[in-house]
Formats: sequence, C-alpha cells, structure tokens
Amino acid sequence: MYNLKWILPPFLAFLAILTYPLWSGPKGAMPELAKPKGEACVESATWMRANHMQLLDHWREEVVRNQSRVYVNQAGQRFEKSLTKTCLSCHNNKQEFCDRCHNYTSVKPYCFECHVDPKLSEVSHVQ
Amino acid sequence: MSSDRRTFIKRLGMGAAVGLGSLAILEKTALVEASSSEPVETNSETRWGMLIDMSLCDPECNDCQKVCHAKHNVPDHGNKKDEIKWIWKAPFKNVFTDMNHTYLQAGLLEKPFLTLCNHCDNPPCVRVCPTQATFKRDDGIVQMDYHRCIGCRFCMAGCPYGSRSFNWRDPRENLKQLDPSFPSRERGVVEKCNLCAERVDVGQLPHCVETCTNGVLIFGNLNDPESAIRKALNEKKTIQRKPALGTRPSVFYVI
Amino acid sequence: MIEKALTGDKRYHLWMTALLLVIGNGVFYYLKQLEYGLGITGMSRDISWGVYIAQFTFMVGVAASAVMLVLPYYVHNFKAFGKIVVLGEFLAVAAVSMCLLFIMVDMGHPDRFINVLRYPTPNSMLFWDANVLNVYLVLNLLCGWVVLEAEKLKKAPPKWIKPFIYLSIPWAFSIHTVTAMLYAGLPGRHLWLTAIMAPRFLASAFAAGPALLILLSLLLKRVANFDVGKEAIGKLTTIVTYGILANFFFIGLEFFTAYYSGIPSHQHNLDYLFFVLEGHGNLVPFLWTSVFLGMGGIVGLFWPGLKENEKALGLICGAIFISLWIDKGIGLVIGGFVPNPLGEITEYYITWPEFSITLGIWAIGALILSVLYKIALSVKQAP
Repeated sequence: MYNLKWILPPFLAFLAILTYPLWSGPKGAMPELAKPKGEACVESATWMRANHMQLLDHWREEVVRNQSRVYVNQAGQRFEKSLTKTCLSCHNNKQEFCDRCHNYTSVKPYCFECHVDPKLSEVSHVQ
Repeated sequence: MSSDRRTFIKRLGMGAAVGLGSLAILEKTALVEASSSEPVETNSETRWGMLIDMSLCDPECNDCQKVCHAKHNVPDHGNKKDEIKWIWKAPFKNVFTDMNHTYLQAGLLEKPFLTLCNHCDNPPCVRVCPTQATFKRDDGIVQMDYHRCIGCRFCMAGCPYGSRSFNWRDPRENLKQLDPSFPSRERGVVEKCNLCAERVDVGQLPHCVETCTNGVLIFGNLNDPESAIRKALNEKKTIQRKPALGTRPSVFYVI
Repeated sequence: MIEKALTGDKRYHLWMTALLLVIGNGVFYYLKQLEYGLGITGMSRDISWGVYIAQFTFMVGVAASAVMLVLPYYVHNFKAFGKIVVLGEFLAVAAVSMCLLFIMVDMGHPDRFINVLRYPTPNSMLFWDANVLNVYLVLNLLCGWVVLEAEKLKKAPPKWIKPFIYLSIPWAFSIHTVTAMLYAGLPGRHLWLTAIMAPRFLASAFAAGPALLILLSLLLKRVANFDVGKEAIGKLTTIVTYGILANFFFIGLEFFTAYYSGIPSHQHNLDYLFFVLEGHGNLVPFLWTSVFLGMGGIVGLFWPGLKENEKALGLICGAIFISLWIDKGIGLVIGGFVPNPLGEITEYYITWPEFSITLGIWAIGALILSVLYKIALSVKQAP
C-alpha cells in the first residue's frame, strides 16, 4: 500500500466523526423530570424508561392498522393505547418531561409533529 | 395477531411469565348503537357504509364539514392549490359526472351534493399504494397510516373520486385550533376521510352523522340485513358514484 | 479508469463547472422544498403530479432506448455499433439516475423511501418500477464498465458478463412497460387508461433515445474528435424513423378512439391538450409545437439526401427529441389530470423553485454522462 501516511490519518478522523454519536454520551447530569400526576405507569417506571419508544411504536401500529385500542398490562389493568389520552394525562407536563429528557439524550422524536399536547389549545410550532 | 404480540413481548424481554391472554385482548369494531367508550366485540362480517339522502339536505348548511374538519384538525389554507378536504359539497354535475343530461330536473345540475371518500370495497388507492400506507380494514374502512405514507401521491392519481388531499405544506400553519383528541398531519403525507374509524371503533357514530340534524346521513353495517342503513337501502332508490368502474363504493345516495 | 474523468482541457472543466453551478442552484431550492414542503411547486390537489414525474417518465424512455444498441450489437452481431454501444449504455446510466432523482424530489417524505422495500407490495406498480429501475441501473453500469475495462486492457470481455448483457435486453423493455403500467391501470383517468400506453411509451422512447444519441455522437465528433462512424449513425437514424412513425401512429389511434367513439370523457383530456377545454388550454401551444416539430422531423427524415448532411440531421433529431419531450415530459402527465375526477379544471404552472430543481437534475444527468463519456472516450482513443 502506497501513500499510507497520507491516507490513514484522514480516514481515521473520518471514522471518528462518523461514530461520534456512538461514543459520545450525554453531557452533564441527568436532568430533573416533571413528576407525573398519577401513581403508576402502564408498566414499571424502569421498564418504561428503557422501552417506552418501542411500546409507543407498537401501540401506533396496533391502533392504526389492527383496530386494537386497549392495552392490558402485566397486572391486568386496561389502558387505551393513546399517547395523548393515556400517557399525557398523567405526564401532563410535556416540556419538562418528554422534551427535557429528549433534549438531554439528543433524540428528536417526531410524535408531536402530528399528535397534540392537550395543553396546547393554541397552535405552536415549537416542539 | 397473537404471534405478533408474542414476538413483541419477547423483543421487549418481558419474559414468559406474562400470560399471553392478558395482552391478547383483541378489540374489534363496535356496534354503532352502543355508545360506551369501551370497545365492544362484534362479528368480523361488518362492512360499514353510509347512505346520503340529499332530499333532506339543506343546501345552505355546512355543519357536517365544519365539525369533521375541526375534530380532525383539517387546516384551511385559504387557497385552492393547497386545499385539504375530507367531506365537502360540490354540484351534482361534478359529483355524478356520468349522470348529466340536458333535460335533468330543474336546478339539479347545480345542486350541492355531499361528497367524501367512498370507502370502496375494491379501492384503487389501496391497490396502487407502494407501502400499504393506505389499506382496507376488515370492516371496510379504507384507512391511512400517516406514519408510513411516503407522499408519492399515487393514491391521488388512482382515486377516481378526487377524495384525497395532500399536505403540500405544514398543516399547523393554518390550524387556528387544535383538537387534542385527534392528531393533525404533517407536511408531505396524503390524507382523507377515515369514516371516523377512531369513533366507530368505540361504538360512536361518525362526526358528520352525529352532527346532522336533518337525518341526511345514515351510517351502519351493510352486512347486517336488520341495520338501519340496509332497511333504508331496501326502501329507497339509491345510486352510487361511477359504479361502472367496479370500485364498489360503500357510500350511497338518494337524489 | 475513473481518474480519466478528472483530467481534461479547458472547455471540459468549464462545462463541468457550469453544470455544478446549475446543480448548486437546484440543491439550494431542493433544500427550500424540504423545509416548506412540495407546496413550493406548481402542483395542487387537482394536479398532484407535475413536471418531476413527467420528466421521470420521459427519462425512463431515454434509458430504455439503450436496448436499441445492445440488441443489434450483441444479438445480431451488428459490428457497426461497436464504438457506440457503450455510449448507449452510459446514457442509460445517466438517464436512470435522473429517474431515481426525479422520484426522490417528488416524494413528500423522501426520508421514508425505504418503506417501499420494508413493506414490499406486489400489487403496486410503483413497487415494481422502483425495483426494475434500480436493477437496470446496475445492469447498464456493470455491462458498460466491464466491457470498457476489457477494451482498455486489450482483452476480450469476460464470459460471465454475457448473461448480464442479454438480461439487460428484456429488462429495458420491462422498465418502460412497468412505467406505462403506473398510468395505464388507473380507473377514471381516461387519457392514461389505454392498452397501448406501453407500446406508445416504447415507440416514443425508441425515437427520443436514439435521436439524443445521434445528437451526442455528432457533438462528440466536433468537441472530442470521436467519430462513431457513418454506418452507426445511419442505422440509428433508421431506428429513429421507425420509432417516430410508430409514435404518431399510436397517437393517431388515441385520437380515433376518443373522437370516433364520441365518448366525452375520453375526449376531455385531448380537448384540453390540443383544442382548449371550457376556456382552459395553457398547454395547447406546447402540444402543437410538439406535433409540428415531430411532423417536421418525419418530413426531414424522408427528404431525399437531407439526413446525409450532419447539420440537417442534427436539426431533425433535435426537433424529434423536443417534440417527444413535450409530448411525454409535459403533456401526458399533466394532461391526464385535467379535468379532475369531478370534471373541474385546474391548470398547472411550473414555479421557479420547481424549474430550478428540475434543471438541477438534468444537470446532474449531464454531469454523470460527461464523466462516463470522458472515461469511455479516453479508453477508446488511447493509442
């Protein structure tokens, strides 16, 4: 291999930039999130923290495509599969719950491009 | 369906301890007559349909459209180019393009007729959609999955009734009020009437039907000979839009 | 071989810079479109496909026309196409790339294009079109490149490439047939609902594609001192002649069916395109220009001795290319939406951002073509 000394460093730098999101974790301490109104979530808080996105993704598939609108959790309780009607009825402070943590972890879910935060009676484009 | 759930649980590592049955409660479509918010089981032989009796419709009234568009967060962009509509009125000659003739009853050609998605039994929009973002449910409702739509607008070319609209721009710019009980759409997806699937599934009537005080709209199960809509269809002379195309609409009209 | 594309004389660099500027302008407006939405274009609720999809449709034809070189050369052993066949294949590569770009810019949610593969839907013609186009792109790039590489090394092309070359022949027909099926299977769109849509597409493709190739060959002779040979040009001219005749024959059949049957719904679109429908006819001048250029081209092709003159041949091919571009790249798609399913008329006017994006994609096509032709010529002209 010729010209290795010219090719390798830029290539490594490129790899470093490319993988930046993987090795750079969130900066600073985990922010304080707003406390929900109710007592218990549809599943345990630890489980929800790790899996809420899959759960919501599954819910939307179920509601839109399979006409299945009721979720039954491990304890046998029934909930409507709805981000706005179920989740946000307890987590009624989207800005200080959803947004705060999503900002911290630097993820940009697009749920609220369409789904409406019940607290917003007026239209707001700021997510 | 249950296998779908099984893989889901497995994927989330909830373990085998969770009984499948507890999760696998399949909520099906409800009877319209019931009005609880709790979904009710019905047979899968449902095919929802609508009968529009235009002889009862007040040409000046637009309540059904107002309520539908407000409840479904349909924006009013104020121009024809960006227009989005789920249910609206157009002259008879435009709604029934193939039924015009010179000596038609006086005034009928220009009389406003209600039009909306026909929820065809053989829907061309579903046939052409490359991602199954538009699909037909077991109960006949032609539904859109806005999460999946890629915005190719093949369905708009395919629909022979002009029932589909595209979000050429951000709909929220022109939504003065947002109803939190139903999502808005985002720019770049197609949308249309969903026959209020979100209400029908919990045993409520579609907004337009519930709003109309003149009894223009009858909603019900076309597969049930005892339903109000079937009885009305038996008694009255009804027509459909462009029946020759073989789309088999679920919407019927009394002139 | 790719390094050959980086060297060239001043004119070459000037040409590439100009293309990059046009592309830059297109990218600028595409970013605006991503931000605002497709409302930045002239498309509307009634005319839901515009110039993007029309260009896509036209370019599929240009791409498919490569088969008019591959078939005679590889199947019928027509040696005179030896110098030009790779130019045809590379033209197909550029054209298919443009097709894919036109589809991408037309999508409301380009970020979700992968959904077409995530949820394969065999009943959708668009699913098939996306697949056949991508495979055709790979086939032409592969066949052109491998044969050229062999030529560079002064060896015979490897045996394994033959099946791919043969496969590319039916594949060329398939891309344009499937593209026609996007339109020909839609109920209630009378201009498109015709069984001869695919033959029409192929006929116009086999005229427009070779006409463009003749133009490119004449150009290469002047600017790059590369002569594909009189016999090759002559044969291509014959292909163009048959293609354009078949094209107008088919259009005539459409007119006969619509007007002799007397069915109004079959006439409305043609009325709009050629005669003005209820006071609306913004495309009428374009469509008649198309007819006159096409007819003029046919007369030119049959005028004794005229096509032997290179300048005259260039004019004839230019006229035919523009004629077919108007017919397919404007009229066919937009005319199909007027009137709308409710018999209402909305007209379509292209916007500046839409025009810029369209021009940008044409420039990307020209750039790809220039790079590929530069490589091909540097191999073929190597001492």
